[in-house]
Amino acid sequence: MAKPKVAFYWCASCGGCEEAVVDLAEDILKVVEAVDIVLWPVALDFKLKDVEAMADGEIAVSFINGAVRLSEQEEWVQLLRRKSGLVVAFGSCSHLGGIPGLANLTTIEEIMANKYDRAPTIDNPDGTRPLPRPVVDGYELELPTPWNTVKRLDEVIEVDYYLPGCAPPPELIMTAVQAILAGELPPKGSVISPEKTLCESCPLNESKPDELVITEFKRVATSQPKPDECYLAQGFVCMGPATRSGCGERCIHGNMPCRGCFGPPPGARDQGTKLLSAIASAGAAENKDEADLFAKGFVDPAGTLYRFSVPSSILKRTLKGK
Amino acid sequence: MATDQFEPRIVGFLCRWCSYTGADLAGTSRIQYPPNMTPIRVMCSGRVDPTFVVQAFAEGADGVMIAGCHPGDCHYDVGNYRAMRRVPMLKNLLEQFGISPERLMLTWVSASEGRKFAADVVTFTETLRRLGPLNFAGETKATDELNLKETAPAV
Repeated sequence: MAKPKVAFYWCASCGGCEEAVVDLAEDILKVVEAVDIVLWPVALDFKLKDVEAMADGEIAVSFINGAVRLSEQEEWVQLLRRKSGLVVAFGSCSHLGGIPGLANLTTIEEIMANKYDRAPTIDNPDGTRPLPRPVVDGYELELPTPWNTVKRLDEVIEVDYYLPGCAPPPELIMTAVQAILAGELPPKGSVISPEKTLCESCPLNESKPDELVITEFKRVATSQPKPDECYLAQGFVCMGPATRSGCGERCIHGNMPCRGCFGPPPGARDQGTKLLSAIASAGAAENKDEADLFAKGFVDPAGTLYRFSVPSSILKRTLKGK
Repeated sequence: MATDQFEPRIVGFLCRWCSYTGADLAGTSRIQYPPNMTPIRVMCSGRVDPTFVVQAFAEGADGVMIAGCHPGDCHYDVGNYRAMRRVPMLKNLLEQFGISPERLMLTWVSASEGRKFAADVVTFTETLRRLGPLNFAGETKATDELNLKETAPAV
């Protein structure tokens, strides 16, 4: 019997998810033994035409990482959707929008202006900008165009499963690959990860007081968290109460409060407002002025609460620049 | 009476113990106030999850009012304090999403303050008339398709 065909593709991502596949270490040999990799831009030289030449549904499963923000990425994922039996959104960016999704808190014009005009290291007196159809030596080239709004993979194509994490931990990847190879699949649309919150599996959970009180916020940029006490109890914003478990508590072990890359647990529609509710309620403010001061101490709420999930929040993007 | 003035849509989360009763009193006392608010009775202002507020904006509200018992009067002791601590933080969050903090109002209305309830609705309606329509979903959708073609300068 022919080995099932597997594709890996990347959209708006950093390459960390490719690294996560490589981090399977010896286990990758088991994967290669069991499947035939037909597309993996970071490692293998297959082209668009190779995928186009395949029959619809010929690829057993496509693992797609990265958010979708370019016209080219949209075309690629639509092609892969047609050619694949299953599509797995691989990593925070395709699952929730991820770090590229933070671009939704500003506009594409602002991003372009920063990148090509305002950055202190830029010397661009002519205001040169990338063009969708530049002419070089008499040839017209076509470049992908970025959207104003970064999208999750499932806003563009139908997604069968989600593998969360920035990047997904190797154990979780193997669990998913083995489940797919064995045909033991969870219900369609499942996030392949435990359904508990991070707090429940957190090694510091014991040190969390019964009633959490936050008097003022601290930031990891300016103070060092104690490694043996619940970060929220210390005043550091930790996404633990509003984030799904399954990551192996990698950040906690590195003395870094949870940043929320696994997304909200089941039942929580919006990760950011859920954590806002939790931490604001734990404040000690007794009147309006104290409450205002307390809120002011929380720098960049949108960027912190939705670090990985602006495109999957209820609001999805800012109105600014309209 | 037909006028051209903008009629904002307000979602009001009113606590069951004080503010909803206060709104009821405004009604039974026949106090006139603008009909722009859709009241939603909740058990406590502390029950108003910030998720409800963003959902209201995403679904077309121009403003959201949260009304609860005066501090010290909460039926559940501290629910209104939780609301009081969440609202300023939520306003900061909304501002980053381009929603004016003025579109979210927290107020205290006791069961005997029908007149204050009516006055708050009047003030809030006027504030929102000044700010104009929000139409969050429509406006953000319209910006999705903006891309490099429109933002690149002509050569």
